[in-house]
Amino acid sequence: METLEPILAKHPFLKGLEPRHLKILVGCASNVRFNAGHFLFHEGEEANEFYMIREGKVAVQIQGGERGPIIVQTVGEGEVLGWSWLIPPYRWRFDASALELTRAIALDGKCLRMKSEEDHDLGYELLKRFAGIIVERLEAARLQLLDVYKSRP
Amino acid sequence: MRRRGCNSWTSTNLVHDLEDEEDMIANPMLTHSYVVKRVQQETYDTFTIELEPKNKAQAFSFAPGQFNMLYVFGVGEVPISICGDPSKPETLLHTTRAVGTVTNALRKLRRGDLVGVRGPFGTSWPVEEAKGHDVVIVTGGIGLPPLRPSLYQLLSKKQEYGKLVLLYGARTPEDIVYGQEIEQWRKRSDIAVDVTVDRATGQWRGNVGVVTTLIPKASFDPADTIAMIVGPEIMMRFTIAELQRRGLRDESIYISMERNMKCGLGFCGHCQFGPFFVCKDGPVFRYDRVKPFFGKGEI
Repeated sequence: METLEPILAKHPFLKGLEPRHLKILVGCASNVRFNAGHFLFHEGEEANEFYMIREGKVAVQIQGGERGPIIVQTVGEGEVLGWSWLIPPYRWRFDASALELTRAIALDGKCLRMKSEEDHDLGYELLKRFAGIIVERLEAARLQLLDVYKSRP
Repeated sequence: MRRRGCNSWTSTNLVHDLEDEEDMIANPMLTHSYVVKRVQQETYDTFTIELEPKNKAQAFSFAPGQFNMLYVFGVGEVPISICGDPSKPETLLHTTRAVGTVTNALRKLRRGDLVGVRGPFGTSWPVEEAKGHDVVIVTGGIGLPPLRPSLYQLLSKKQEYGKLVLLYGARTPEDIVYGQEIEQWRKRSDIAVDVTVDRATGQWRGNVGVVTTLIPKASFDPADTIAMIVGPEIMMRFTIAELQRRGLRDESIYISMERNMKCGLGFCGHCQFGPFFVCKDGPVFRYDRVKPFFGKGEI
């Protein structure tokens, strides 16, 4: 039976990961697919997974009351969605919905947290990779906040 | 057809309107009358003004990246990049945002009104030097208009270039300029176009995130790429950092600077930037040449 190992190995997020760690991740991985409009998760729900996007586009958004949903970021092919599974209280802070047909690998967060406690090398490797993503998103969020395109007389 | 400007004088076709050319050489502060053909609203605050010379012999050629000084009679003069097709220089197109006294007055002009034009001024994008290389254009806000002439030239001779990539970031979907033209470019197979907005509501189906987030996903060879960037300076600094992360060298990156340009000739000093005058030595600079001054508050 074909495993998810070659798919995981090809994803940019796991580039260069040791084979023994890749095998552990395969044990926590599942193939998922979301049609356009489908919600991957909602704000406040328990965050027990993250997604490695293979194809499609997901909107990270927040309900703005009368303003309706406000999209703060989109995540697409080759990118990773979700780090709330990594940090207590393991709750999503935003909604995520597929903007188009989206295929991804879902990684079970509970499984990974347990494996990382058993194998700190794996945990450190994952944290390093997520730290890189978090820093990129923080820089992007700061640039967004600067609102550099706003008209100024 | 004449060709003029600080760094682009040529000896060709001087037979046309020689007396007027001599006037220009003698007094480059002299404006020439252009007739407004059309004012087209691009977004809620951005418009394109289309101009033709009152005297056809006064038409001049221009290079991508150059700008003109547009004078609204009785109001004032502003520097605005030329954003039309360099192969059709008989019509001048200028896209700008109505933010000040002069640009608001420009927007209110109607067909048949007169505008004073001086130019073209400044340096141009390295369209010739980029031949044989991949070209990545990164632009934000109303930075797309100054790059449109180079896009026209690149696309007209696409076979002479490698991969061509346009990455464009706007504030919101409503702020996207040249939306229809971007859709036409998207349909072409010889250019990869990716657009993002900083924020959007639920109706938007495109990318959301700053323009720098498009760079890691773009397909080009960093060792053989020329990058052209226009946008607010903060955006350009973040973009340069992201391009460097991909492996681009400083010498392969070109930026267009914006300063308070007045005379257009490097005389008045309003646009001094370190040892340079943006109107004369720029607005297009190779990044390694301005790197020591770029982003420094004291400059």
